[in-house]
Amino acid sequence: MGTTGLPTNITQGVRTKGGIGESTLRPDGTLKVTGEFAYSSDMWHEDMLWGHILRSTVAHANIVSIDTAEALATPGVYAVMTYDDLPTDVKNYGLEIQDTPVLAHGKVRHHGEPVAIVAADHPETARRAAAKIKVEYRELPVITDEASATAPDAILIHENRTDHHVGHVPHPNIVHRQPIVRGDVTEARERADFIVEGEYVFGMQDQAFLGPESGLAVPAQDGGVDLYIATQWLHSDLRQIAPVLGLPEDKVRMTLAGVGGAFGGREDLSMQIHACLLALRTGKPVKIVYNRFESFFGHVHRHPAKLHYEHGATRDGKLTHVKCRIVLDGGAYASASPAVVGNASSLGIGPYVVDDVDIEAIALYTNNPPCGAMRGFGAVQACFAYEAQMDKLADAVGMDRVEFRQRNAMAQGSLLPTGQVVDSPAPVAELLRRVKAMPLPPERQWESSEGADVRQLPGGLSNTTHGEGVVRGVGYAVGIKNVGFSEGFDDYSTARVRLEAVAGEPVVTVHTAMAEVGQGGVTVHAQIARTELGVTQVTIHPADTRVGSAGSTSASRQTYVTGGAVKNACELVREQVLERGRRKFGTYHPAWATAELLLEGGKVVTDAGEVLADLVDVLGDEAVELEREWRHRPTEPFDLRTGQGNGHVQYSFAAHRAVVEVDTELGLVKVIELACAQDVGKALNPLSVVGQIQGGTTQGLGVAVMEEIVVDPKTAKVKNPSFTDYLIPTILDTPTIPVDVLELADEHAPYGLRGIGEAPTLSSTPAVLAAIRNATGLELNRTPVRPEHLTGTA
Amino acid sequence: MDFLRPASWEEALAAKAEHPTAVPIAGGTDVMVEINFDHRRPEYLLDLNRIADLYAWEVGEDSVRLGASVPYSRIMEHLRAELPGLALASHTVASPQIRNRGGVGGNLGTASPAGDAHPALLAAGAEVEAESVRGSRRIPIDDFYTGVKRNALAPDELIRAVHIKKADGPQQYAKVGTRNAMVIAVCAFGLALHPETRTVRTGIGSAAPTPVRAAAAEDFLNAALEEGGFWDNGKVITPSVAKQFAELCSAACNPIDDVRGTASYRRHAVGVMARRTLTWTWESYRGTRRTIEGAA
Amino acid sequence: MRVNFTVNGRPQEADDVWEGESLLYVLRERLGLPGSKNACEQGECGSCTVRLDGVPVCSCLVAAGQVEGREVVTVEGLAEYAARRSCGTGACEAGACGTDSGGTSLDEARRWSAQGTRGTDSQTGEGTELAPIQQAFIDAGAVQCGFCTPGLLVAADEMLERNPDPTDADIREALSGNLCRCTGYEKIMDAVRLAAARQSEGA
Repeated sequence: MGTTGLPTNITQGVRTKGGIGESTLRPDGTLKVTGEFAYSSDMWHEDMLWGHILRSTVAHANIVSIDTAEALATPGVYAVMTYDDLPTDVKNYGLEIQDTPVLAHGKVRHHGEPVAIVAADHPETARRAAAKIKVEYRELPVITDEASATAPDAILIHENRTDHHVGHVPHPNIVHRQPIVRGDVTEARERADFIVEGEYVFGMQDQAFLGPESGLAVPAQDGGVDLYIATQWLHSDLRQIAPVLGLPEDKVRMTLAGVGGAFGGREDLSMQIHACLLALRTGKPVKIVYNRFESFFGHVHRHPAKLHYEHGATRDGKLTHVKCRIVLDGGAYASASPAVVGNASSLGIGPYVVDDVDIEAIALYTNNPPCGAMRGFGAVQACFAYEAQMDKLADAVGMDRVEFRQRNAMAQGSLLPTGQVVDSPAPVAELLRRVKAMPLPPERQWESSEGADVRQLPGGLSNTTHGEGVVRGVGYAVGIKNVGFSEGFDDYSTARVRLEAVAGEPVVTVHTAMAEVGQGGVTVHAQIARTELGVTQVTIHPADTRVGSAGSTSASRQTYVTGGAVKNACELVREQVLERGRRKFGTYHPAWATAELLLEGGKVVTDAGEVLADLVDVLGDEAVELEREWRHRPTEPFDLRTGQGNGHVQYSFAAHRAVVEVDTELGLVKVIELACAQDVGKALNPLSVVGQIQGGTTQGLGVAVMEEIVVDPKTAKVKNPSFTDYLIPTILDTPTIPVDVLELADEHAPYGLRGIGEAPTLSSTPAVLAAIRNATGLELNRTPVRPEHLTGTA
Repeated sequence: MDFLRPASWEEALAAKAEHPTAVPIAGGTDVMVEINFDHRRPEYLLDLNRIADLYAWEVGEDSVRLGASVPYSRIMEHLRAELPGLALASHTVASPQIRNRGGVGGNLGTASPAGDAHPALLAAGAEVEAESVRGSRRIPIDDFYTGVKRNALAPDELIRAVHIKKADGPQQYAKVGTRNAMVIAVCAFGLALHPETRTVRTGIGSAAPTPVRAAAAEDFLNAALEEGGFWDNGKVITPSVAKQFAELCSAACNPIDDVRGTASYRRHAVGVMARRTLTWTWESYRGTRRTIEGAA
Repeated sequence: MRVNFTVNGRPQEADDVWEGESLLYVLRERLGLPGSKNACEQGECGSCTVRLDGVPVCSCLVAAGQVEGREVVTVEGLAEYAARRSCGTGACEAGACGTDSGGTSLDEARRWSAQGTRGTDSQTGEGTELAPIQQAFIDAGAVQCGFCTPGLLVAADEMLERNPDPTDADIREALSGNLCRCTGYEKIMDAVRLAAARQSEGA
């Protein structure tokens, strides 16, 4: 078979026990450092074709005509497809609301929307053919903000909405609205000695994962298709792909190819359906790989937001009330907007105790690029705003900013604005204390005997300052993120675990559909299997749709939920193994019946440490294998009028202290240090935990000082779809990131663990902004902050 | 598309004469981006990698003849003394990988106002050695940039080398970007003191349709330095002189608002860089004078 | 057009190359060497870094035709390259460094797969000979999604070759052309420090 890059089992044998709590190394580490790990763009098949997508050059237009004749006649071209070529009546897809056309039908709603697809024998042939497709657009006015979206005579982005939000939104160009009302803000305002207000703007951030959208679709003899793909959730993709292809789900066999990062940007489909359509049309394998330019159009971004906040406090520094309105721009299609609204509203006041709140969050439909999931998911934008408010209010009260936060900090037993009780540790004040207690980095580290080392100064290698204008600032922030899917979603995962004797050794195989996107889930699954089954040799089966859904690799949920599923399946396997042992050997030793039995070091042992049998002897020739679903505690939807409800299952808290040096004359920023303290419940793999916290912290830094997709308000076209102009932090922009890990167990979660991936992305941004404000004395109500904002030249 | 691989300079000139639309490619750091992103499909690519002469430099009495393809990393490493401004500019170019491939010839050929080398060349004083089958000529750097991404080359000409005046005094270069490495200039500034002629030259990047010198600022400063006897007495530059010089440099800009920065910021930042680079170079000049006097 | 060059010490020939193809494309799609990564294809991320005649470059910005007759080292050949270097030139036993000059046919190269044939464990690559920098990346937790890893390894290995005892600022400068989106670079710093320390202990 001429396919290369097919995922294979990854077996890891470790001499040490390698169970949970140890910093075991990645099972895919060697493959990744030798270049042998097969990412989705590395797939290769003999005789394969290359797919290419023609995208709209305008943001909002009716399509008058599409002429593909010349493209189709190009030598080397095997297929050109438009909306009219879609094989079934299902022509849309979408995570929650199926409002996204597979290929544009009569209208395009954003810049870069797929209009036609081409398959050819070389990527250049496909590109040239696509360029020959003639699309005639009749342009429509663009809707780019709340005012233009909700004007009485506004063109509806989606006519004839039938989704379940349309009944409660004030305008059809609003995807979803969630108010949260608790107590009486009007009355509470009377008790406030100090009130601060602020209007905040959060720019559009891109996930900027490095591995571009890509994959390989191979048509099968049974009329189905095999798809090798980088995604965050195989089964969610499958549910959306199969109906469009007109195939039953078991004929669309999906396998996770190597994923080069995700961060939310692979929660929605990109080229999956297009590759399958072309493969089924041509009868040949089709590979599609976006380049970086296309990638900016090929996935959703983080919602840009406008946020208005009013906070009040008494003279002694207690919060009286919070009133806020959060307007998220969802762009042309719904994607994850409804759930983002749920997070922004329910977590909108942060990890603080406030009895009287009035929160409103909405997501708009506009002609801007579609926005959806990105690490932090709705909680990020709010955190930027409420933390700025907390600093302002502390200053108004005349209290230390950290102390003010601590005085109002949530703790176990506190209520969220939704009325939900936080029923696990919430060490908000302690995290702030810890991050403040870390030693500050020395001043003027850039000074050396040979003069200034520009690499350590704002501007870096560009040699803009030798110390002139440089002022240091320090800022703090803390945030709260929910873990897992909320609002009543059936958030389950599935694990298949097999224990067998291979060549005289016990071996565990763990098979889940969990998307390993870099987070280290595969490492943790092996650790869990070792801990639960006492076997050192663990094989991680490639993730695919031949096993039940694992849910999404998002919402900081995989270690909790799929980790929980693996743990549960291992426990059940262990019970069966012990039962088999009792049947086989029970008569030889009374402890089989009386003692608590464990599996350790490949043996069945009593809790007193007495060895009863070798696992391989218990197993014999017959493997023990089972597949089980596992769920966390159920949640419930928020009330549509009051926002009350037990919507979340778990929370994650992180606090940051940022130390920056700002060249105040040029407006250039160097972050010197970004210290983080985070409660992780239980660190299943401490090395990975710290890596996640540092990575999340850095993405927060990026949107503080450089990252923004700029959309022209006149045309709704993206102005910087490249790594030349969408900048993410380099190693010279990234400071040391000391991490203090706190482990307060959540008794409801497996091993007491807490989902950790997102919380550090929340508080990092406001901490950096606070530090820049501290250095410059400027108000700075938008992020990212750019040199012109710091120099009065915007 | 055709790929032309001349083995010698003469073959390259002949190929360019035969195919004037051929796009020369050396480091590839501009051309390949345009090809990868489907922004450009030249009929011919003219590969200059095999012409060893383009990778060589000679240090002469008054100037350095720098082959068009000498990578920035080599300039940083080997020509720091002779061409300090250009060496500093080279250090700000993109990334180590790009500095290993790209050279001044490419910057000149592309003639983007954001090219990092331009302000340093303008400040140092340079001539571009352009050649075709018709012959060779030297184009003064001040006449080279003719418009946005346009230069004075004829369609059949190739850049063979740049002749850059050897530094006779301190030179500085600063570039503003919104990231601390691997960034395209929002704006850039180069400054060279020429004690031999008692003049100061400047270069501004990314703040006008072409790289430009701040002529009025130079004239002002030259006069002020002369008047105050600064070249001889080595006094600290008066803040008011530095301030006015900075303002004139800002005034020399004709920038635009774009996704990388506002016009207003560019003007402001050029002024700040002008003042700082003047201070750095002048302090260095004073230091050198003191050292010389001390030794005498 | 046809391009002949040397990759990881073995002569390679690529046929029917479109003139606009990059070295990166030829390595990945024609020679079965997808270790060099295609993250930005505009020289802004370093994921495609290879050594061209010893010098680290972005292979996405090298036109395929420009490598005619030249030597390329990719992440796939990094371990062998590092082993040769530590052996010193010519002083090496054939077994350790491998002097196989038979080349890899296109057909063979295309049959590249994640299973590999080196090492004792064909599935994880455990037992595979690694360069010190590769081992350090694994040990320090510097690999998450791993897409930036090949380019970083080639760049970091070359820096340690030039500068065996780098300061933190030296490391940051040398790796400033390589973007990583997962790690926040801290563990990459750890890995390079670790490799430098191990290298100096071994020296």
